[in-house]
Amino acid sequence: MWSRIISRLLTSLVVAWASVTAAFLALHALPGRIQDILAGDLEYPGLREAIAAEWGLDRSLPAQYLDFLLRILQGDFGTSYVLRQPVTEVVGSQLMPTVQLALLGGLLAIVIAVALALLTAGRGRISRQIASFLELVFASTPVFWLGILLLMAFSFTLRWFPVSGASGWKSIVLPSLTLALPTAGLLAQVLREAMEKTLDQPFVTTVRSRGVGELVIRARHVLRHALLPAVTLGGWLIGGLLGGAVITEKVFGRPGLGTVTLGAVLTHDVPVVLAVVLLAAFIHVAASTVLDILYLLIDPRLRAQ
Amino acid sequence: MTDKPYLVVPQPDDLLIDIEGLSIGFAGANGGAPIVRNFDLTIRRGECVALVGESGSGKSITARSLLNLSGDGAEVDADRFLIRGHDALRFRQSDWRRLRGTMTGLVMQDALVSLDPLRTIGQEVGEVLTEHRTLRGRHAVAARVIDVLRKVGIPDPEHRATQYAHQLSGGLRQRALIASAIAADPDLIIADEPTTSLDVTVQAQVLAVLAERVREGAGLLLISHDLAVVAGIADRVIVMRDGRIVDSGATADVLRRPRHPYTRQLLAAIPSADSKGHLLASARFDVASVEGDGAVGSVIVRERLPVRKSSDEALVLEVEGISKRYVQRRTAGREPSLPALDEVSFAVKAGEVVGIVGESGSGKSTCAKIVLGLLAPDEGEVRLLGQRWSGVAEAERRALRARLQYIPQDALSSFDPRYRVADVIAENLTGDARTKRDRIVALLEQVGLNAGHLGRYPRSLSGGQRQRVSIARALAAEPDIIVCDEPVSALDVSIQAQVLDLLSELQARLGTALLFISHDLGVVQHIADRVLVFHRGRIVESGPVDQVFSNPADDYTRALLSSIPAIESAFVRSSANAAIAGLSTARSV
Amino acid sequence: MNVQTRPLADLSIALDPQVNPPGAVEPVTTAAVIAPRLLSPGLAISLAFLFVLLLTAAFPRAFTQFDPLIGDYALGLKPPSWEHLFGTDRLGRDVFARTIHGTRYSLLIGLGGMAISLAFGIVLGILAGQRNRFLDEGTSRVFDVLSSFPGVLLAMLVVTFLGQGMLNIAIAVGIAGIPKFGRVIRAQTQLVRDADYVTHAVVYGLGRWQIFFRHVLPNVLVAVPVIATVYIGNTILAVSGLSFLGLGPQPPTPEWGVMLAESRDVLRVAWWPGVFPGLAITLTVIAFTLVGNAIQKRFEGRLA
Repeated sequence: MWSRIISRLLTSLVVAWASVTAAFLALHALPGRIQDILAGDLEYPGLREAIAAEWGLDRSLPAQYLDFLLRILQGDFGTSYVLRQPVTEVVGSQLMPTVQLALLGGLLAIVIAVALALLTAGRGRISRQIASFLELVFASTPVFWLGILLLMAFSFTLRWFPVSGASGWKSIVLPSLTLALPTAGLLAQVLREAMEKTLDQPFVTTVRSRGVGELVIRARHVLRHALLPAVTLGGWLIGGLLGGAVITEKVFGRPGLGTVTLGAVLTHDVPVVLAVVLLAAFIHVAASTVLDILYLLIDPRLRAQ
Repeated sequence: MTDKPYLVVPQPDDLLIDIEGLSIGFAGANGGAPIVRNFDLTIRRGECVALVGESGSGKSITARSLLNLSGDGAEVDADRFLIRGHDALRFRQSDWRRLRGTMTGLVMQDALVSLDPLRTIGQEVGEVLTEHRTLRGRHAVAARVIDVLRKVGIPDPEHRATQYAHQLSGGLRQRALIASAIAADPDLIIADEPTTSLDVTVQAQVLAVLAERVREGAGLLLISHDLAVVAGIADRVIVMRDGRIVDSGATADVLRRPRHPYTRQLLAAIPSADSKGHLLASARFDVASVEGDGAVGSVIVRERLPVRKSSDEALVLEVEGISKRYVQRRTAGREPSLPALDEVSFAVKAGEVVGIVGESGSGKSTCAKIVLGLLAPDEGEVRLLGQRWSGVAEAERRALRARLQYIPQDALSSFDPRYRVADVIAENLTGDARTKRDRIVALLEQVGLNAGHLGRYPRSLSGGQRQRVSIARALAAEPDIIVCDEPVSALDVSIQAQVLDLLSELQARLGTALLFISHDLGVVQHIADRVLVFHRGRIVESGPVDQVFSNPADDYTRALLSSIPAIESAFVRSSANAAIAGLSTARSV
Repeated sequence: MNVQTRPLADLSIALDPQVNPPGAVEPVTTAAVIAPRLLSPGLAISLAFLFVLLLTAAFPRAFTQFDPLIGDYALGLKPPSWEHLFGTDRLGRDVFARTIHGTRYSLLIGLGGMAISLAFGIVLGILAGQRNRFLDEGTSRVFDVLSSFPGVLLAMLVVTFLGQGMLNIAIAVGIAGIPKFGRVIRAQTQLVRDADYVTHAVVYGLGRWQIFFRHVLPNVLVAVPVIATVYIGNTILAVSGLSFLGLGPQPPTPEWGVMLAESRDVLRVAWWPGVFPGLAITLTVIAFTLVGNAIQKRFEGRLA
């Protein structure tokens, strides 16, 4: 089992390194000079030369690559020439609200999905149909539209929650719900289908023959089996949450990484976008690694060998 | 069950189950008609009742109705449905739950999927105890779990309790499943095909564990498709077909003097030494006076196989000293693995049927793969029709491929899912479309199908029909030898009889040699001329079937033969004395 | 919806030799197999909806007389009426006309992105599904790297490099979808590769390439329409999100995501511009998902 965990960790390192390399290669594969790309829409005398000096563009490609790798390893993502600030500062100051939103949204999604699956899997036809209909609707609704609908209902009409901003707990209720519902729909679908498949397994009959009640069967035996496909989906969901957070921030006008990134994309502030994307990739890789190791802990059959 | 609200009739203490006129139906299934009708059953303490029938007979849902586990939407009704004197028709869900595990324990087939694979054996066995609060405290439960595991014959129970189902061998796993069913000491054990998919030697051990429980006073309802399995252990037998009881009575009576034609047909369809050279499905019981004492008994009358095409005794397949060792991944701390095949040599002559018997892991499948040219041996050589077959490039083999064909166990998975029956067979034919079609129709008719099956998808066919298509595909190439890998293992006994008849009839008529691999000794005894006994990758004994089976020289062969469920020795053989008398006058048609 | 009937273990009556004796001819047509499933109301409605959707994408002018781009400023923000079914937006443009004209953008960008994902996904997935460990590891790491960038952010990076526009977000969504398709195709390839009918095909005298082209490839490719239908909804969702962020087509293009972004400013006074385009997206995605699921069920057991 330990050898599996170590090999999984090594794979993650390779993937993280490969994503940095991919970013570097993409930068150089683009038509045009690097200094033009990095400068974005900006134009003032001496800027190109300053960029060339900072990135060491006069050196050979391998030397530039090594330098790029080393700098990222030290947490230095360069300078945003548009904002005239180190990228790390720009991103660092906006990281927390986004992470907060993504975490809260993810947690909410898991709670909703597990509750929905536990209560409806393999139950009467009507409740299952209602549940699967809800899941389908939520999973098919664009995050931003859901945000707009919630805004209309709870902010403009009922005036329960503020329209925008990031002050106080009230301002995070609607955004996190917006982010959670589509994810919950998808997750509940996967969980419920897996639970129903598991409920058809012979061992469930064995458990029933011991006199165990239905809810206990679900919580003690079936849910654990259903978690396996859900965990596999987990990495993808984390990526979805991060991306969804960006969109949600725009809907609710919340400060955060999304607002920064969007601004950077529109002003072609390449260093900032690159940093955000790489950061998201690192978070994603780290989270999937944890999930994969969790998978090993859930399923003893994989621990062997 | 301490409360008495449902107590209807005070009954003798040892009567566990008393059912009359049971019917089980599913709304919307079977056109609204019940699946099981008019079913009667009584089980007493210390008694084993066997429920026998082929797939679709309704035996499983009937047995599970004793636990109210017949399935979603099952509608159960009965004239009388008493469980220890309580009217089960008036039970609420909570009553059923209280009864499950404590009054009745369920043992199912294949513990690998019947025990929760994500929980340890100890957790699984202990669950019934904690659920019913039979015992309080972690330690008391753990001690009881170890106790029960020991009782079912699991060595080193302390260690095994911490392991998972997949870490145990098939036999130990099945014992653990039994342990989980009997942990709370139920009065009644329901065992649903508890030994199917186990090797015969292991099967014998598992049956012994169950028999021990009966001796200790538990009631046992044993469900099986196999008359032989129940013969040695059951006091009474109930034969089911299409949801009805067709025959029932004391085991000896039912097996020796079957009253119902279906029971007779079932018994006669079991392949054995006595059926050799005859067609199985043609068999029927005739009531005839046995010569000598004038007593009236049943006689099995079977039609003879057509006379075999004479062959020239040329060697078709020669296997010389092949060995195969699978490269194991680092398994630290475990004993080094045995070779899958170790110095195996044999030969198959033209028109000969050679049987290979062995339990799982004996190397018989590896041997089949090497003979088929799907796997290269580490050492040794295979020759087909005198030419080198192993150790050459696949391109070189291709010219000879048509000479050696294959009938797998699972026919369906050997067909491309996009292919219809005609495409499956056409793949093994050459020539233009017109002649191909005629050939395919001819082949289908040869295996008992017809042109109407050409456009069908194999998945819409029955198991027996699929195996017929598989045989037609093999015959299409007009081979000299066919490797049959457990071709009838997945089939019900009456379908098995039909497929075996078809194989042996075609074999006799066409003079094709067969290398017939099976775990079922009866099948091999019935069809093969010579037999090779595989054990741990070696051939431990070989020779003419009759000689090996009646006079085994090797210890393992002897152990294997003695583990075969006792129907031959107990009943058919004794009735076979009569049957043999019948056989000598068997009408050869 | 998801109505499943559970199989009953001991009910294999159809396979009973008495009911279905080995000689009996009983023609089974494909129509007979599909027909009962087509009757499911959810599926029927979905298919009809998608059919109408295709018509609106092809002939939007047949459905509305109003121009999607030019409105009467004086008629701005009128609530839904018989004249303007979905009301009018801030510039007095008919929301119904804009929603109808928007179909073609959403479908085109979605399908374009899908085509990119599929093309790369199929080739890489089949390569990864081969027995060659080097190929598998190499290709799988490519999938890992691509999927390590969250889709929306990867698309943002692509747009930063290539600029805004419909083609560019199609490319962005397409690239982000490659690992998803690639992994499914890889699993399907492995499933087919290890199936008995492939491993045993050599017994019937077929060569390696014959086996690949006759058995492996077709059985991998049967999965493609299924996966595509299941995922097209996702692609449309992703595209609308990027348009909403202003990375795709620019106003005044009547694209659904763009329309919703515009509606954000008038939400306080008018609900209709913010409801109908979103409804169009959601219904489209639901319809594709339901049809995809139905197709998937038909292929049950043959897909990974």
